[in-house]
Parts: sequence; C-alpha cells; structure tokens
Amino acid sequence: MPDHAPLLCATGITKHFGGLAALSEVSLEVRRGEIFGLIGPNGAGKTTLFNVLTGLYQPDRGDFIFNGARLAGLKPHHVAAYGIARTFQNIRLFGNMSALENVMVGRHVRTRSGVLGAILRTAATRSEEAAIVRRAYELLDYVGIVQHAGGLARHLSYGDQRRLEIARALATEPLLLALDEPAAGMNATETNELKRLLEKIRGDGVTLLLIEHDVKLVMGLCDRVAVLDYGRKIAEGAPAAVRRDPAVIEAYLGGSLA
Amino acid sequence: MNRRAFSSPRLRWLAYLAIAALMLALPFAVDAFLGRAWVRIIDVALLFIMLALGLNIVVGYAGLLDLGYIAFFAVGAYSYALLASPQFGIHGSFLLLLPLGALVAGVFGILLGAPTLRLRGDYLAIVTLGFGEIIRIFLNNLNRPVNITNGPQGITLIDPLQFGGMALSKSYAVGGLTIAPVHSYYFVFLACALLAIIISLRLEDSRIGRAWVAIREDEIAASAMGINTRNIKLLAFAMGATFGGISGGLFASFQGFISPESFTLLDSVMVLCMVVLGGMGNVGGVVLGAILLTALPEALRYAGPLQQAWLGAVYIDPSDLRMLLFGLALVLMMLFRPAGLWPSSTRRREFAVEDETAGEERANA
Repeated sequence: MPDHAPLLCATGITKHFGGLAALSEVSLEVRRGEIFGLIGPNGAGKTTLFNVLTGLYQPDRGDFIFNGARLAGLKPHHVAAYGIARTFQNIRLFGNMSALENVMVGRHVRTRSGVLGAILRTAATRSEEAAIVRRAYELLDYVGIVQHAGGLARHLSYGDQRRLEIARALATEPLLLALDEPAAGMNATETNELKRLLEKIRGDGVTLLLIEHDVKLVMGLCDRVAVLDYGRKIAEGAPAAVRRDPAVIEAYLGGSLA
Repeated sequence: MNRRAFSSPRLRWLAYLAIAALMLALPFAVDAFLGRAWVRIIDVALLFIMLALGLNIVVGYAGLLDLGYIAFFAVGAYSYALLASPQFGIHGSFLLLLPLGALVAGVFGILLGAPTLRLRGDYLAIVTLGFGEIIRIFLNNLNRPVNITNGPQGITLIDPLQFGGMALSKSYAVGGLTIAPVHSYYFVFLACALLAIIISLRLEDSRIGRAWVAIREDEIAASAMGINTRNIKLLAFAMGATFGGISGGLFASFQGFISPESFTLLDSVMVLCMVVLGGMGNVGGVVLGAILLTALPEALRYAGPLQQAWLGAVYIDPSDLRMLLFGLALVLMMLFRPAGLWPSSTRRREFAVEDETAGEERANA
C-alpha cells in the first residue's frame, strides 16, 4: 500500500514539437507503492510524457526527481539503470528472439559480463549467464507465459506479447514500471487477468504508472489518477473525485455537453 | 540438436579426432590430387572465413550494413607491411604486429562507427562505402610529399611469418613429406580461423551478443531496456574491424606484397556476399559462404581450357562467365533462399511464411 513518500516528482515538464505544445508545465507526483493512472483524450500528451520520462525525448523545460536523482538530460539506458522500466503502446518486442531471450535482454542492465568474459567463458560469466536464464524463466512464469519460453516473440498471441513486454521490463528490476496502454486490444477476460497481474506486481513492491483508456480498469485499479488534455494537467486525485470533475467531463465529452 | 547426436563423450571425441585428422591431411591430399594452386586457394578461403566472420558481427548480429569493411582488412595489412618490410627498414615480430594491426583496425572501426551512430540502413551503407574508398585512396596517395605507403606500387618484400627462426616462406622436409609455404600457412590460418569461429560462437551466445541482436531488432526498445546502444554498436564495429585487421596482417605476410588494388569496393561487396549468401548471423553459414565464394570463381577458371578441349575454341571468356554465373547465383538465391544457404534459426524464421503463425494459433486455441 502507498506510504505517501513520493517516488517520482515531475515539475513543470514542457515539450514542444515545432509550434505544438505537446506538454506544458506538467507537474505530478507518484508515490511509492501506488498505482498511478495517467488518462486523457487521444493526443493529450500521455505517451509524450512517458517518452520524456524515459529519456527518449529531452524536455524543453522541467525536471524529474526520481528516487532522489534528477533524470532530465539522461539517456534511456541511464533511466533504466535508475529503476524505471516501460512498455510501449505499439508493442516493441525483439520479434525474432525467443520469449526467453527477450527477458534475458532485460537483465542486461543488471549484469556485467563483457567481451573478454564471453570469449574466455570465465567462471564468473558462466554463473552470471546461468542466473540470467534462471531469472528469465522465473519472470515468464510470473506473468504466466513460461510455456512459450522457446517461441518467437512475434509468434505469441497479442495478450501474451503484452505480458512478455511486462516480464522483460520487470527483468530490469524497476522501482517504477511505466505501462503504456497495457490493456489496449484486450477482451474483458484478458483485461481482468491483466488487472490481477498488475495488482500482484504492485504487491511485490513495484510502483506502477499507467496510461490507460479503459475507464473501468483505471477506476478499479488506480489509487490516484492525473488527467491530461492538450498537454496540460487538468485534474489529479482519487479516481472517483476526478470522474466528477467538470473540467474532466468537458475534456472527454466536449464543451457543449458539459 | 547436434549436441544430442554426440551425446556420448567418447563418440564426440572420436568425431573431433576424425575432423582434426581430416584437417591435418587436407592440404597434402589437395596438393597431391588437385595441385598446389588449390592449397593456396584453401589458404585464401581461410582468410576470407575470418573476414566474413568479422563482418558478420557488424551486419549479421548488430544489423549495421557496412559496405566498406575491406578498409579494416587494408588497415591490418598495411600495419603489418609497414613494420615488417624494407619500406622503413623495420622488421617487427608478427607476435607483436598482428595484435597491433588488430588494435589499429579496431580504433579505425570506432572512428568509422562514431559518426555513423545515428544512421541506419541505406544511409549507413553509403557512409561506410565512402569510408572504405577514403582508406583506399589515402593508401594510394600517401607517397607524396613523404613516402609512407609507396602509393600504387604497393609494398613489396613483406616479411613472412617466422616461428623461432623458421620462416614460413621456405619449404621444409619432414620425413618423406615436403611442407611448402602454402602448407605451413594453411595450418596458421586454420588455427586463426578456428579461433575466429569459437570467438564468434561465444559472443553470439552472450550478454553482448544478445544486446547486438536486440539493437538489430528494435533499437528504441533496446535502449529502454538499459542497453547503451552507442557503446554496444561501437563495440560491434570494433570487434568486426579487429577480425579484419588480423586477417589483413596474415594476408600481407602470406602474399609478401600488397597494394591498394587489393582493397577495392568490389572486395567489400564480395565479403558481404559471403555473409549474405551463406546465411547472415549464422557462423556455419558464413563459413560456408566464404568457402564457396572463394572456391567457385577459381573453379570457373577451368571453363576456358574445357571449352578449348571440347568445342575447339573459347567462346565465352572465363572471366565473363564468372560474373555471369555469379549474378545468376545471386538472383537465384534471393528468389529461393532469401535467408542464405544455411541461415541462422532466427533469420530463417524471419523469412518464413506466416503459415507457421497460423499453426501456432491453432495450437493455442
């Protein structure tokens, strides 16, 4: 359960693409151990915020404080090393690697073997490699697709690909797991299973940041949510309260109906 | 699967012994049946195996298309030649010069890699192609105002490899067997090629090898998983270049003469063809590609005399025939075996028709 200490603080994050303000002065706080939802209409800047957070884009202004460290200006692999892992809206697996290998790649950032170790097959390299394989199997089992370990990632079913992305992200031992529309394209059963998986992950001490369109999932899962519209944060708070917020209703349904 | 076939350790050792005996006897058997020229061709094939395995790291594993790879071969060859020939009157030991050539080539690999990090596909190919030409043109022109490379005349009288005062450029009689230079170089090159194969296989199946393939598959996802894509790509360029540098040094010592002419774009393309035709990303396929593409053009040399003998005149010039058949082979390969003669398991799946997926979905349902 959340202990109210902030894990991630975003302050004044601004990102322009040409003349378009994809994000303007977005500030929010994700607390340790909570499931934080990021919602908003299409094009509101949710994925841009993820990309800025994980170092794919550099913010024009603003900074992230994550677990006591400043993130702005860091490259994606540094952000991963600090403990933020993510999944992608349009699944980005290593399609021609097996499911197991995908998760093994996720261990890269927490392991050390270099070229010399690989060529000489030193004892240290071999034991590290064995540990990588063991952990990868554990994680595949954790998300429930261990039976597909040897199959190519791109041959997995859609739902299993989403699970594999989560397993790969968990392999980096994140403190914060950022999920970009994990339930997109899933049917009700799959969404329910996903919800249980995410609750299990949170139960194991990982904080979750979630972009999601499925309102039912967000309301049932998130401790707090923030709403983005045209690159601005228009609301933040408990799901039930945000749901009744007039600004949110207007953003979703348009001014005329508000 | 191969491992299961040799599950009994004794059987496996027997197989290794048989292969080793075959490898030891090969140059002498070829010498006796096909002539010494073919032993030389085998030597060259072994050099090309090393080259192709180096390029395979860059192209096959990391997915970075490099059209100037022969430049690293040139850098290695010239590093050795300049420091082991009358050119500067320096005669270094190959034990020092080969690693040095590898190092210099590796540095050049990083020099080429650094400005191209943001490029992919076609654009990368164009820049690397340019790099290959720059090196060749430099070697061609570095004879004025200070003569370093001797320009288009190249460097002659390069020292052969020497083992404790035994120069490999001389013939030796051991028992009833004459060991000619081509034989002794065969064993040196074989040892180096085997080493290159082992290194390739071990790199492929390692944390670094997986990072290379991950970058090939999806660079953004790879970086989000904590892979420092810049360093890992530079590492691929450097490792590939190192292979090229070592084989370049061996080539210089073997030939005794090098000139910029040996390092043209066509040579880069040839090595790339070995990798692609053999099977990108698969060590066995790359070795096969290197052997075939070295041996086939040589075999076609017989086309001239054969025409003379059977038809009374040479109707098609053998060198024309070579290019003709080579082109035909490439087209047929692209049509029927797009993943190469002996593709890696992942590449094969990459090119496989989608019905496989349908089958798996049925199995899941």
